Amino acid sequence: MSTETILAEDETDMPASSLDDFLDGARLCIPVIVASAPFAMLFGALAVANGLSVFETALMSATVFGGASQMVGIELFGQKIAPWLIVLSIFAVNFRHVLYSAAIGSRLAHWPVWQQAAGYFLLTDPQFALAEARAESGKSVGFAWYMGAAFPVAVSWIFCTWLGAMFGSLVPNPQALGLDFLLPIYFFGIVMGFRSRPLWLPIVLVSGVAAMLAYKFVGSPWHVSLGALAGIVLAVIVGPVKDKAAVQEGKR
Amino acid sequence: MSTTIWIIAAAAVATYLTRVGGHLVLSRFQTVHPRVEAALNAVPAAVLTTLVAPSLLNAGPAEWAALVVAGLVSLRGGLMTMFLVGAAVLILLRQLVG
Repeated sequence: MSTETILAEDETDMPASSLDDFLDGARLCIPVIVASAPFAMLFGALAVANGLSVFETALMSATVFGGASQMVGIELFGQKIAPWLIVLSIFAVNFRHVLYSAAIGSRLAHWPVWQQAAGYFLLTDPQFALAEARAESGKSVGFAWYMGAAFPVAVSWIFCTWLGAMFGSLVPNPQALGLDFLLPIYFFGIVMGFRSRPLWLPIVLVSGVAAMLAYKFVGSPWHVSLGALAGIVLAVIVGPVKDKAAVQEGKR
Repeated sequence: MSTTIWIIAAAAVATYLTRVGGHLVLSRFQTVHPRVEAALNAVPAAVLTTLVAPSLLNAGPAEWAALVVAGLVSLRGGLMTMFLVGAAVLILLRQLVG
């Protein structure tokens, strides 16, 4: 077994073709599409029910491109709330992306600026998770691969929003179909995928408990920021596990 | 243009700022302190867990069974298998348990 050959194959600077990379990424987006399509339709149906036009509904999916925040947005649209408050609420729901952006930044830094600008636009929860997992496996996160994973999801998201907006009233009882619990299952799978990371279990437990407490006593969407903060603070306090010897603990 | 369009546009800009902002702030620093790096390494588990945890508060037998089975499958199978098995367990049990 020559590990060098395997490594050399994995880390070629010139990819065999960008199309291969794109398709490589596109394979990963199938579960994302399956999990998100029902929500896009649900969003489309609810948005129209809350008074948005079909065009406005599709426009929101195309430009905001963040499921939970869009749901919060249309919930508020229906209640005659001040516009800046609606925008602030959407911002609050989406605030977690700041952390994704900071964590993934170094992996995308070698792209041309316009590609980075486009890449960050599509940086959703699953996209962040896929890109982190890809980087962790030692492969480079290239633009073609990234778009392969992200672009079909965006197309499906917008198309299914439109479908829901047009035909939303025809959707049967979404509860029986399990729609409300599909995303938790999907995100749980993603969390499991990171279980080899240092401190994984303590972080998951602390973030999970903190999120539940915040959800009960502070309310949504703050449970996301507060829960994440708890897990991250734990990681900062314990410090880098791998390089403990290298870091001079007494100094800082 | 209608107020709705303006709200959507402002929300889109605000959302884009969250997606690009973390990188823009962090890239101003030449070196990343090991503790900051530890924090960034914790981001996937910490943030994504918070998207799952609150749904446990109202979870019944069908939801718990789906998560446990999906969790076991994820120890061996890929994300797609895990997701489909979990969804199947959930939908099946919801039909039975109600």
